[in-house]
Amino acid sequence: MSALPLVALVGNPNAGKSALFNALTGARQKLGNYPGVTVERKAGRLSLADGRPLELVDLPGTYSLDPASPDEQVTRDVVMGRQAGEKRPDALVIVVDAANLDNHLRFALELIALGLPTIVALNMVDLATRDGLELDAAALSRELGVPVIATVAVRKRGLDHLRTEMEGLLNGAPSPYPAPASAPRDFEATRQEARRIARAGVIRETPSRRLTAAVDRVALHPLAGLALLLALLFVMFQAVYAWSEAPIAMIEGLAEAAATLVRDALPDGILRSFLVDGVINGVGSVVVFLPQILILFFFILMLEATGYMVRAAFLMDGIMAKVGLSGRAFIPLLSSFACAIPGIMATRTISDPKDRLTTILIAPLMTCSARLPVYAVIIGAFIPARDIGFGIGLQGFVLFCLYLAGIVGAMFVALILRLTVTKGASGSFLMEMPKYQWPRPQDVLLGLWQRAVIFLKRAGTIIFTSTVILWLLLSFPRVPEGDPASQVDHSIAGRVASGLNVVLEPIGFNRDISLALIPAMAAREVAVSALATVYSIDAGDDEAALEQSLGDRLKGQWPLPTALAFLAWFIFAPQCISTIAVTRRETNGWKWPLFMVGYLFALAYVAAGLTYWTATALGLA
Amino acid sequence: MRLTDLPLRQPAYVDLIDWTSLPASDAQRLREFGLCEGASVEALHHGGLLGRGPIACRVGRMTIAMRRAHAAAVTVRTGPETLGSELGA
Repeated sequence: MSALPLVALVGNPNAGKSALFNALTGARQKLGNYPGVTVERKAGRLSLADGRPLELVDLPGTYSLDPASPDEQVTRDVVMGRQAGEKRPDALVIVVDAANLDNHLRFALELIALGLPTIVALNMVDLATRDGLELDAAALSRELGVPVIATVAVRKRGLDHLRTEMEGLLNGAPSPYPAPASAPRDFEATRQEARRIARAGVIRETPSRRLTAAVDRVALHPLAGLALLLALLFVMFQAVYAWSEAPIAMIEGLAEAAATLVRDALPDGILRSFLVDGVINGVGSVVVFLPQILILFFFILMLEATGYMVRAAFLMDGIMAKVGLSGRAFIPLLSSFACAIPGIMATRTISDPKDRLTTILIAPLMTCSARLPVYAVIIGAFIPARDIGFGIGLQGFVLFCLYLAGIVGAMFVALILRLTVTKGASGSFLMEMPKYQWPRPQDVLLGLWQRAVIFLKRAGTIIFTSTVILWLLLSFPRVPEGDPASQVDHSIAGRVASGLNVVLEPIGFNRDISLALIPAMAAREVAVSALATVYSIDAGDDEAALEQSLGDRLKGQWPLPTALAFLAWFIFAPQCISTIAVTRRETNGWKWPLFMVGYLFALAYVAAGLTYWTATALGLA
Repeated sequence: MRLTDLPLRQPAYVDLIDWTSLPASDAQRLREFGLCEGASVEALHHGGLLGRGPIACRVGRMTIAMRRAHAAAVTVRTGPETLGSELGA
């Protein structure tokens, strides 16, 4: 751990804590994990006015020091100095929502009673003013006995003041405020004290303008709200296709230029094959999906930051309850569309253990962004880019159906699980509905930037390594000169895949698919780079074949039922080691991850088989 | 009247909460949301196509969502404002 002074940001959920954290630290953030738990640790550097750096850590939002979930527990343990891998903070910055003082001050009083040097950031004062609330920070300081600073994180207001106070606090400057009278201990007494102080801090309160209430009349309407949610999701999936065309073409152009450059610069041989077939074709075929992944993340970040996500959970609770889940599960499940790993980690906010386990087990059924490259390449090759009316493209529609199939599958599995292995009393649904707000563009950009870095790191490490290993296994042993056998058939990987193919052939998979599924265990999108490498090596020096895109090559080699079966397989696609690992961590053992992998493989096999047999019977070709 | 029966957008006050009928952790969370006897409350939305979904309500200055089973544990009273706010103070 660093020797820098440590300041912890702590407060209720929806107090604008993360926005304040971003405003204070900018892009100088480090994401990590607390040892032993999968709670994300968000920390950043901050320079004080005198140039001294300090480390700011953003603790998970919680309502009290009485934790109801694993991440709330981290918050309690850190502020009490009991969290492994984190020293006790030198000071606390308590973030409270100016418009919700009654409630947030109760937790603030609990925290002040810990006796650490403390500042209160009276955040979102602009929204409070919008709601007709005028507050007196000085009066609140006197009552609480700690400095209270009005801030508007999203407009960077009050930040300098906050930094100056932090500096004073860390220098051990004596507090100008009288120490608060002995802190009340029990919940009810603290609540009443908070209410009294909140009253003392209010100068004027007029009936509020109720923008949020007006929007909610539509957004939470049983019919209109559901229609709006479906429309939003549909736009999201259409945008993933429509907005990504230009940037994808650009990345493809770059990869092609790089391949040509290497091909011209190097003589034919192993090194050239390695660079072109392994590195450029393999990694390039995955990086090309960065635009689509970022578009998906953009929508999810926006839904969360605007406060809409909780409304979606509210709308879905009725349906989720029918399969024994909580509407709360909707949020981790929607995150799982980006990646199951943050999705599974987000289940920590679900307090009922059986609800939570069920949600973890079905999270991999949500179509994660790693499956997008696979879907995109197959849809691009086999589904004609036709308009099916109302400006809706057939390709986007098929993609929507694949996502839908994952959701329906998940609901079905949840229902079965709740009747069998995770049987128990129905859980609850208790959520705060924050005000709607427009996120700061910088915060959204920062979020996207962090995802892009994570994705490119994956492409540079896991995907690169597995592509290179696959290239090695495909390139050796070399086919002897003059032998008519193809290099792929002759290679180690080809032989292993031929063995595996005995099992996969009945569901329409060819040898190349079997081959691609093995490295796809590392990351699902590797299936695409693996296919690219296989066909690139197979093409050898055939100039015409080399110039074909992966899609065109697949189209030439796979019958339609095989392509459809491959898509169906990936709806369930059990093979991602990171997901298995995170499930093991979150469920504390091997029992549930093994169960998960088992049921997913079974479903994937059956679904692919049914698709293949049906498509063949219908005579699709 | 129970919170489940409170007409939408009719301001009311919490009269009584049957904490014992709720799981302890849920009761704790509801307290943290500011639900207490005397708090001002207003039902805002009923979720679910058939009216069996959760209820969104304003408690104090906060909007919270809970299932009907939880809302049924809350008895509310419509009436003059002064009485309620004094009770809650």
